[in-house]
Amino acid sequence: MSPVFHGVLVFLQTWWAELVSGVVIVAVVPLIAGYVVLVERKLMADMQARLGPMRVGPHGLLQPIADAVKLLIKEDIIPDNADQVIFWLAPVISMTAALTAMGAIAFGPAFQVARDINVGLLFVVGVSSLGLFGIVLGGWASNSHYSIIGAIRSTAQLVSYETAAGLALISGVLLAGTLSIRGIVGAQQNNGVWFVFLAPVAFFIYVVASIAETNRAPFDLPEAESELVAGYMTEYSGFRWALYFLGEYANMIVVASVATTLFLGGWLRPFPNVHWLNVLDVIPPLLVALVGAYCIYRAGKQPVRVQSQFMWAVALACFAVAAILAAPLFPGPLRIFLPGIHGAFWFLLKVAAYIYLFMWLRFTLPRYRFDQLMHLGWYILIPLAIVNVFAVGIAMVLESEYHWNRWVALLITGICTLAAAAFLTHLHDKRVEAASTASAATTDSYAG
Amino acid sequence: MLDSILFYFFASVAIASGALMVTRRNAIHSAVFLITALLATAGIFLQLRAEFLFIAQIILYVGGIMVLFVFVIMLVRLDVALQHIRFSMQKWVSAVVVLVLAVQVGTMLWATRVLPGQGLFVREAAPAARLEPNSELLAKSLFENYLLPFEIASVLLLVAMVGAVVMAKKQRDPE
Repeated sequence: MSPVFHGVLVFLQTWWAELVSGVVIVAVVPLIAGYVVLVERKLMADMQARLGPMRVGPHGLLQPIADAVKLLIKEDIIPDNADQVIFWLAPVISMTAALTAMGAIAFGPAFQVARDINVGLLFVVGVSSLGLFGIVLGGWASNSHYSIIGAIRSTAQLVSYETAAGLALISGVLLAGTLSIRGIVGAQQNNGVWFVFLAPVAFFIYVVASIAETNRAPFDLPEAESELVAGYMTEYSGFRWALYFLGEYANMIVVASVATTLFLGGWLRPFPNVHWLNVLDVIPPLLVALVGAYCIYRAGKQPVRVQSQFMWAVALACFAVAAILAAPLFPGPLRIFLPGIHGAFWFLLKVAAYIYLFMWLRFTLPRYRFDQLMHLGWYILIPLAIVNVFAVGIAMVLESEYHWNRWVALLITGICTLAAAAFLTHLHDKRVEAASTASAATTDSYAG
Repeated sequence: MLDSILFYFFASVAIASGALMVTRRNAIHSAVFLITALLATAGIFLQLRAEFLFIAQIILYVGGIMVLFVFVIMLVRLDVALQHIRFSMQKWVSAVVVLVLAVQVGTMLWATRVLPGQGLFVREAAPAARLEPNSELLAKSLFENYLLPFEIASVLLLVAMVGAVVMAKKQRDPE
């Protein structure tokens, strides 16, 4: 056996799990992103009293695949005056950054690509923020005014809100005492409570900042279609455009996973340490089986025979997943898979809920103006996040050094934080009022 | 084996993109190559099991280039800048610098020759499992051994930041 072959074999033996899960991420995330888009369209349709995609597959279930095929065979246009290489490279950077960040996320105690590095959380946050390079470079390389305005807006927005998000994460990390993803979830298990209940203000700041970071409504100014056509991706078409989109949705999954890990207890089920609540373990298989039953109910109502057959297939798939989730519940050799499989279920459920919240906000709130966005970031969120870091730190010192009850300490410091928030908004309101009266005084065109 | 392959990969990427960064005329291209150089250096940090330095390099240095991009886009008129060479060819100065550097590296390599069969002295790498997590180590040395220098540096940075804000405000005041 040649040494090179032997070396490759040793390499594969040590790293096969990482390689396989890396390939799985690259293969599965586009599919998931496609279905997130479908859910978003269906949900938007529902909130606007329409049906949404209905033609491709029953209830539009095959729409993402049709869309992907369409985007693949669409003409790929590169503007003549664009910077060819960078134009080509930019969407790839956007997508690669998001997918790489996903490598360090633990989707359950058993599913993580990278071995648990002790700066896991920083890695996810830092690498996913590199995706901005894709946006800036793409906007610049397109050689178009709309694109460059979108790119600059995106930079300003991300640089501002990353500060707030980072400070919010620090509050959570203070409570956990570690940056390792497994360590953070373990700390929540030891505490017996999710950090969202210990640091609700930090969670709120992170939610707002993560919406801004993923360029989603109401903060989607870099691609505001009523002002900038499509912002930084105006000149992109076909599959390059799809890569941008993929990067954006992968990024949504990343920020949702970070929030889930740090604030929502990661893969822990509700009340992980209360043993008489072990009945909660029935929820995952039951939930999936219910979805399957609903599919069967809808199958009878499909107008075309193929569609009802497809519905049956979906129902069977749901039942198969439910069986996998139920199998470890019974005593036997499969029991050891319980934490892994159920952990992944709870994690994905929380991520899905977070993304649902994003969509919900998108359809509910109108878009911000750019100066309002900047004011919210710099005048309110960043000072509030700093105050909150202090508050959480003081509460922890009160608990460990002066033996206060933790909840009392956190309640008192939390009330102080909210008072600071009220003061900041009051200051901001006054500032806005002063500015509007000043501008009314100078530009009153009806003054005669 | 794998370690040396990875090291030579990262090192060659870092050197090549460093050279390209200096020679490109287009400022944006230079910035892109600066990013690859910094990322390759971060890769070497990771290989040395300095995870915290690796991620600090990515967040602080690579993230900082974001702002550089904006400066280039806002302040440099690329179509004009591309027409002429923007740096002066200081042939003699650069020749002297290169010579001094070459002598330095050369003497170092020459010195290692005297240790027969050993070359440069390389310490045995500690196994990863026995290493303390280095974000904790870094925090300990910063907040215990080097607390005063750390605080002085942070005050200096704060002063610089406040100063910049004050100067920017002053210019806007007259209107």
